[in-house]
Amino acid sequence: MNDFTYHAPTSLDEALAALRGGGDGAKLIAGGHSLLPVMKLNLAAPTDLVSLAGVPGLGDIADGGDSVTVSAMCSHAQVAGSAVVQARIPALAAMADGIGDAQVRNAGTIGGSVAHNDPAADYPAACVALGATIVTDRREVHADEFFQGMFATALADDEVVTAVRFPVPARAAYAKFANPASKYAVAGVMVADGAAGVRVAVTGASGDGVFRVAEMEAALGTSFSGDAVAGIAVSSDGMLSDTAAGADYRAHLVTVMAKRAVEACG
Amino acid sequence: MPTVTMTVNGMERSGTVEGRTLLVEFLREHLGLTGTHVGCDTSQCGACVVHVNGTSVKSCTCLAAQADGAEVTTIEGLANGSDLHPMQEAFREHHGLQCGFCTPGMVMSAVDLASQNSDPSEHEVREWLEGNLCRCTGYHNIVKAVQAGARAMGGGS
Repeated sequence: MNDFTYHAPTSLDEALAALRGGGDGAKLIAGGHSLLPVMKLNLAAPTDLVSLAGVPGLGDIADGGDSVTVSAMCSHAQVAGSAVVQARIPALAAMADGIGDAQVRNAGTIGGSVAHNDPAADYPAACVALGATIVTDRREVHADEFFQGMFATALADDEVVTAVRFPVPARAAYAKFANPASKYAVAGVMVADGAAGVRVAVTGASGDGVFRVAEMEAALGTSFSGDAVAGIAVSSDGMLSDTAAGADYRAHLVTVMAKRAVEACG
Repeated sequence: MPTVTMTVNGMERSGTVEGRTLLVEFLREHLGLTGTHVGCDTSQCGACVVHVNGTSVKSCTCLAAQADGAEVTTIEGLANGSDLHPMQEAFREHHGLQCGFCTPGMVMSAVDLASQNSDPSEHEVREWLEGNLCRCTGYHNIVKAVQAGARAMGGGS
C-alpha cells in the first residue's frame, strides 16, 4: 500500500476542505472495509485519506414515519441490530445482518458501501428496490440515478454521502446466493412492494452493478407470488463470470433468488 | 508522520506511524504484541481480530490512525496474570485448537459474541465464526469451547 496523508476532521466543513485540498488524490474513508482492500492491491492509491469517523451527526438512525433515515457512518451491525429498522423495514435489517461476517459488519458502513458501489455489494439492491434517496452534503439523489455502473456513482469528487433515506414498504425481502468465502452476493435480489409499486433490484450478477428487472416488476404488479417470476429469465449478456459462477448460472440465480425473495415477503 | 495514542490492554501507548500503518502492524511491530496474528491480510480469516472500543474488528483492515484515541484489547489483555480468561480456559479444556495460529482471533471473536449472548446455540456460534477460519480442527471443538466459555463468562466480558 502506498503511503498517504491521513486527515481526521471533526466537522463536515473540515472534511470537505481536506477533500478539496487533496485534489484528485483525496478520498474519504468510513469503515475502510472496501477501500483498504483495494489500496492493498494498489488498485487505489490515494495521496490523502479523509476520515469521517470524527464528524458528528453521521451515526444516527431516525424513524420518520413513512421513511427510515440511516446516517452514513452507521455500521452494518448497527443497522442489523436497530430496533427501528427491525420494526419498520425488517428486510433491510436482515440484509445488513447478512453482509460479510461479524467483524466486517462492525466496521463497514452504509455510506461507504453506497459510495463505493461494488457490483457485488448488498446495499445497492436495497436502495434501488426500496426507492431510497441518497442524501449528500449538498443535495438528494434518488437511488435510480445514484448508482451508475461498477464502482461509479452520481457523486462529485468532493461530495459526501451523509445519509440514506428509505421509504417504508408494505412488504419487502432480500434473497442472496452468497459467495461462500466472502459472503458477497453472487446474485442478490431485493423485492419491495411499496408506494412506488413493486420494484425488483438485482446485485452481484451484472458487470454494470445493480439493475432492475422490469418484466418481473410488471408480473408481480399483476400477481404478487413466487410463481409469477419463476418463469421469467434474465439475459446472461453482461453478467459477471468468475470462479464463483459463470454468466449463465448467474442469470439463472437471479430468477431463483427473485422467487425466493417474493416468497419471503409472505 | 502522525503520532497515534491509544489505550492498549489498559495502558496508554503512543507511537509515530505512517498514514498507511495498519493497526495490526502497530500492535505487532511497534508494541511487540505478537499474539495478534496476520493470516490472509484480506479481512477474511480473522486471525487478526482484536477489540476496538469493545467490539471485535479485523486489525488488518483498520489503520492505526483510525484507532487513535480508542480502547484496544488484544489477546494479551485477556488473562489476569497466570489466570486464563474463561474463554481461554474453555479453549484449553475443550482442546479448541490444534496449531493455534487462528486461536487468538477465535478467542477475541468469541469473547465479543459471549458479551452479547451468554448462552449461544451451536448454530449461533457457527454463524458468528463466519469470519474466523481454522484449517486444522474442523471447528467442532472450537464450537464446544465457545459455548462453554460463553456460559462461564455469564454475560460478562
